[in-house]
Amino acid sequence: MITLQNISKSFRVAKRQTGLGNAARALFSREYKKVQALDNVSFTINEGEMVGYIGPNGAGKSTTIKVMCGILTPDSGECKINGRTPWKERKSHVRDIGVVFGQRSQLWWDVPVIDSFELIRDIYKVNSNEYQKTLDTLTELLDLGEIIKTPTRSLSLGQRMRCEIVASLLHNPKILFLDEPTIGLDAVSKIAVRQFIKNLNAEMKTTVILTTHDMQDIEALTERILLIGKGRILLDGSLTELQKRFSCEKTLIVDYNGQMPKLSDNMTPVELKEGRLTVTFDPTKLSVSDAIAYISNQVEVADISVVSISAEQMVAALYEEHKI
Amino acid sequence: MKLYGKFFSIHLRCQMQYKASFFMTSLGQFLVSFSLLLGIFFMFLRFNTVEGFTFEQVLLCSAVILFTYSIAECFGRGFDAFPMMIGNGEFDRALVRPRSEVFLVLASKMEFSRIGRLLQAIALFCYAIPTSGIDWSADKVLTLFLMISCGVVIFFGLFVIYAAISFFTIEGIEVMNIVTDGGREFGAYPFSIYGNEVLKILTYVIPLALFQYYPLLYLIGVRDNPLYIFTPLIGLLFLIPCYGLWRFGLRKYKSTGS
Amino acid sequence: MSAYLALFRIRFSAGLQYRAAALGGIATQFAWGFMLILQFAAFYRTNPDAFPMTPSQIASYIWMQQALLALFMTWFVEHDILSSITSGSIAYELARPMNLYNRWFCQATANRVVKATLRFVPILLIAFLLPEPFRMTLPENLEQLSFFLVSTVLALCVVVAFSMFIYTTVFYTLSSAGVRLVASVLADFFAGAIIPLPFFPDGVRQVVELLPFAAMQNMPLRIYSGSITGSDVLWGLGLQAFWLITLVILGKLAMRKALTKVIVQGG
Repeated sequence: MITLQNISKSFRVAKRQTGLGNAARALFSREYKKVQALDNVSFTINEGEMVGYIGPNGAGKSTTIKVMCGILTPDSGECKINGRTPWKERKSHVRDIGVVFGQRSQLWWDVPVIDSFELIRDIYKVNSNEYQKTLDTLTELLDLGEIIKTPTRSLSLGQRMRCEIVASLLHNPKILFLDEPTIGLDAVSKIAVRQFIKNLNAEMKTTVILTTHDMQDIEALTERILLIGKGRILLDGSLTELQKRFSCEKTLIVDYNGQMPKLSDNMTPVELKEGRLTVTFDPTKLSVSDAIAYISNQVEVADISVVSISAEQMVAALYEEHKI
Repeated sequence: MKLYGKFFSIHLRCQMQYKASFFMTSLGQFLVSFSLLLGIFFMFLRFNTVEGFTFEQVLLCSAVILFTYSIAECFGRGFDAFPMMIGNGEFDRALVRPRSEVFLVLASKMEFSRIGRLLQAIALFCYAIPTSGIDWSADKVLTLFLMISCGVVIFFGLFVIYAAISFFTIEGIEVMNIVTDGGREFGAYPFSIYGNEVLKILTYVIPLALFQYYPLLYLIGVRDNPLYIFTPLIGLLFLIPCYGLWRFGLRKYKSTGS
Repeated sequence: MSAYLALFRIRFSAGLQYRAAALGGIATQFAWGFMLILQFAAFYRTNPDAFPMTPSQIASYIWMQQALLALFMTWFVEHDILSSITSGSIAYELARPMNLYNRWFCQATANRVVKATLRFVPILLIAFLLPEPFRMTLPENLEQLSFFLVSTVLALCVVVAFSMFIYTTVFYTLSSAGVRLVASVLADFFAGAIIPLPFFPDGVRQVVELLPFAAMQNMPLRIYSGSITGSDVLWGLGLQAFWLITLVILGKLAMRKALTKVIVQGG
């Protein structure tokens, strides 16, 4: 169980001077500006939940993660994770969490992956039986097998990321933070990683907090999303809800033979061509099946598709809406 | 301690993957300090003594400094390379491990190529111990032992300060080289030759002279007060402000994340 | 030329951005200078008669050495040049209508000048104001000063020509790190970076003073401090010129040979 209440954090950043004269002046005095990285951030995440934490770069995502990992002390506000305040009881807190930084490795580059795993086991003082059990479960779940006997440097990026995730789970944490776990992966690896995270959450009831720029990650994994921008939580809701809000409009594309069909009053034309018709409509006023029926009654339909807004477009629209 | 051993083994295996580069770096370490020694040799060909110290006595002094510095650098490399650890986020990774920060930094890096310097120091000992004219009774052996062991700890303390300062500024960190690299380079001669002011600084502020100069006086028989045997132990007090500064820096890091 | 000036300006203001680094570097070099002077002073006190320079000469030598460190250090590597050889992008360089050796030579020289400029003024400014025996002094006369300037330019060129020659070994060995390492330790030692050449034992010194390394920092620093005067100065400048020409010719030949090899092997 994670609760954040009115967490605020600001940094002082030195202004870089341009030009020779200003640069020389900056040798002696320097101007600073205050950056509000987190501004009254509050949310609650329940046990076993899987949450997508999204926002543009510099919005405060990694600051929040750092606070929740106990690396950073906020200026004000309260944070309780499993009943502890992370930055006050760092050592006991981090025993219960796993962290994957997508862009930095925790595996030793030049030795077999299994050696890194064993070192991590010793760092966390996991007893051997328990470790073996966890390792067996995870290697099977992730289909790692022989991979863990090869040195990290000869793994593909996808294999490495799966090993990274395993490394963060060896001590059986209740909470897993994933910071851009699919960055740079090819399509197949991405799907494998996503599937694994999904299984993990389903079988081990691990709470997962995921930051990503890849909306397909979000679509595939999380029901709930948190949107942060300029240090503030702008939206906290389910993906379906959001989709409903944005997909009050659907697009219908029809390839047909014959004369151009007439449109119903509830349809807005987007493109009308010989052989292809694109219209948008509001599904609350005209149901999808009625719309299809309306057209197919008039012409012979060769192909038909109904498109609703993608998560990608939705987030772009959200950023636009909040001007972040 | 057992865990440190595991880290040691994994570091060793990793570095042995790159034998050529390991050999090169060791050779470089060896050559650089060898050219300094050659300089000392040339100076003594001309002057025979400096401020009452003979060549062999100065070599003994060089050996102590070279040995202690190399050991401290080999095992305290995590602190020496700490600005890098902060820069690339490795320190954040360490902070999500359930161990003490000092241990995690200590174990994060080991630099075995310092063996280039270490071998040279050992060779120097082999030459200087029999030729320095010292009668190696038990008290003198104890003195040398304390010089070496406490010297490692004091140099290590300097690396901790180095790391602590990098919590505040990474840019200006070069200043610390005055005491780390400078201590190694200028410590080749007994610190008294640099004059009283320098000796005072190196006694009371950065206590390098406590394990290099004062016990050396006892070794070569200039002083026979047995108190001089134990001056290196006084130097260990230096660790207290080092650790304090480290704690202070760590608190600052946790509140700014940089 | 204006392009070079612009480049210089950019590098310079970029260097100023890192104020703490600049101040820290200067402080370090100062401490270094002080300790070195104190070290030599100890030997002077021990036996003034055996001291081959005057205390004031050694102070000038050391401060000028610190101020011009970036011009003369042999271990300073042009990473652009090295990586363009190792990565194979040298093929593009060859396509340009410029002599590669000359261009790299200019680039390396310019980089060193920029680096040195940032530290040169503050170090000398303070060194002139220090009390005895640390104070830096001006050369005896204007003639000596101008010889120093000429000698500095020659020494810088010799250092760059020497490094260029070393770079060409990259073509022949996979890891040239070892060659560079040994070369720079040797060069520094025999150029008087650890102890000035007059302190070398007789017999060794006479030989070392003829080596190309003596044409590096040894010459300008000793001319400035007044350890070399009179007709010896002209002889010294002649030696520098000789080694510069020799090293450039050797460097060009080595590079031409290496490049033919690259072209034959196709990279």
